[in-house]
Amino acid sequence: METIRLALGRAAEMIAGFDPQLVQIVALSLRVSVSAVLIAALVGLPLGAAIAVSRFPGRQAVIVVLNALLGLPAVVIGLLVYLLLSRAGPLGELGILFTPAAMIVAQSILVTPIIAAFSRQAVEDAWREYEEQLNSLGASLPQAALTLLWDCRFSLLTTVLAGFGRAVAEVGTVMIVGGNIDGVTRVMTTAIALETSKGDLPLALGLGIILMSLVLALNATAHGVTELTKRRYG
Amino acid sequence: MRAPDSLLPLRLEALSFEAGGRRIIDAVSLQIGGAGRTVILGPNGAGKSVLLRLCHGLLAPSAGRVVWNRPATGRHRQAMVFQRPVMLRRSALANVAYGLKLAGVAPREREARALRALGGLGLAHLTARSARVLSGGEQQRVALARAWALEPEVLFLDEPTANLDPQATREIEAAIANIGAAGTKIIMVTHDLGAAKRLADEIIFIHDGRVLERAGAEQFFSGPSSRAAAAFIKGELL
Repeated sequence: METIRLALGRAAEMIAGFDPQLVQIVALSLRVSVSAVLIAALVGLPLGAAIAVSRFPGRQAVIVVLNALLGLPAVVIGLLVYLLLSRAGPLGELGILFTPAAMIVAQSILVTPIIAAFSRQAVEDAWREYEEQLNSLGASLPQAALTLLWDCRFSLLTTVLAGFGRAVAEVGTVMIVGGNIDGVTRVMTTAIALETSKGDLPLALGLGIILMSLVLALNATAHGVTELTKRRYG
Repeated sequence: MRAPDSLLPLRLEALSFEAGGRRIIDAVSLQIGGAGRTVILGPNGAGKSVLLRLCHGLLAPSAGRVVWNRPATGRHRQAMVFQRPVMLRRSALANVAYGLKLAGVAPREREARALRALGGLGLAHLTARSARVLSGGEQQRVALARAWALEPEVLFLDEPTANLDPQATREIEAAIANIGAAGTKIIMVTHDLGAAKRLADEIIFIHDGRVLERAGAEQFFSGPSSRAAAAFIKGELL
């Protein structure tokens, strides 16, 4: 108990004093996950909306695959991206394995299905309500998809935040494709794993506290946005 | 007489629509033209709403054709208001302007036209409000404004007052009358005898997907020629 108490105290000091090592790790985590989520949103939102409003053979199969990708284990994505980017792999020439760029790629792949699947669901529900009206006004399918994305903007923001939560908290892909190199590719989750195994609890706990607070803040924001907009926009 | 580029008359040629093995519209042939307000009346399940959607092009017929006098005319010279107004998650003004944007109206003109339409429906004080938190009657008036702002030649209305209280119903019906008086052809579907009596210049009575009767409103209500219409007027056929 005493060890944990001491570690907690030390962790609090590190956070309060903006310990450089801690700050660097948190900053890299945020940079990687924010970039990954932006890319995933840029791909996932239009993809989800397009699937929602279009009718094509095999659409149901696409939806099943998309939903299945939600449960794809992070380590498996890490492995696949590793194989792609490794020197012998098809994209080995890029030379980005064990860099933050590789981590961004891997996390984008992890989060894109989440954003695409949830936006597909949200947009499709809205489409059911709006379809006749939008057709009556003469909207083309791309116009309808954009309109629906904008109309679902608040629930989609929640989805994007959830995607960010998943990215920033996962350890599997960043460990494999980043390599957890000190000062280069060490992010919060990989640092926690490493420091815990080394027995250096203060840094691990400090990062853990920040990570938890971040996830909590994300959920609070998502909840707040949902409640506020429901009241203001219906 | 209408200009030669008019959409009207609208001709339905042996129009049929089937869904799930059931024939909902059965070889309907009609010509709808002229000014005034045409009310398509009939009991629940008669196929009225489906007929309206076929006319507006929201449904494709299983057989037969919908022919406009000027076939190449786009959607924008006709508009439709639905039983349940579909409001986008934005202001009342933006909802009306959205329809104008899709119709290709220049950005500078949109706001002025949208404001005019909303003002014409007595909604000038609500333009900035979020459309989805307005009352049902207000939402339906915004939907009417959105349709009217398009300056359509033909306005289709599908039971526009079915979900509304008497006060809101009066407001909507007055607005419909005004829009008709301003030169837009009104084609409205209802199963509500009161609404039909108040609004119709002519009645097209349909039952089981077929047109049983077509007459001027006065003549229809005083002496219907079909037994089903007579029963419907007496309230025996719902």
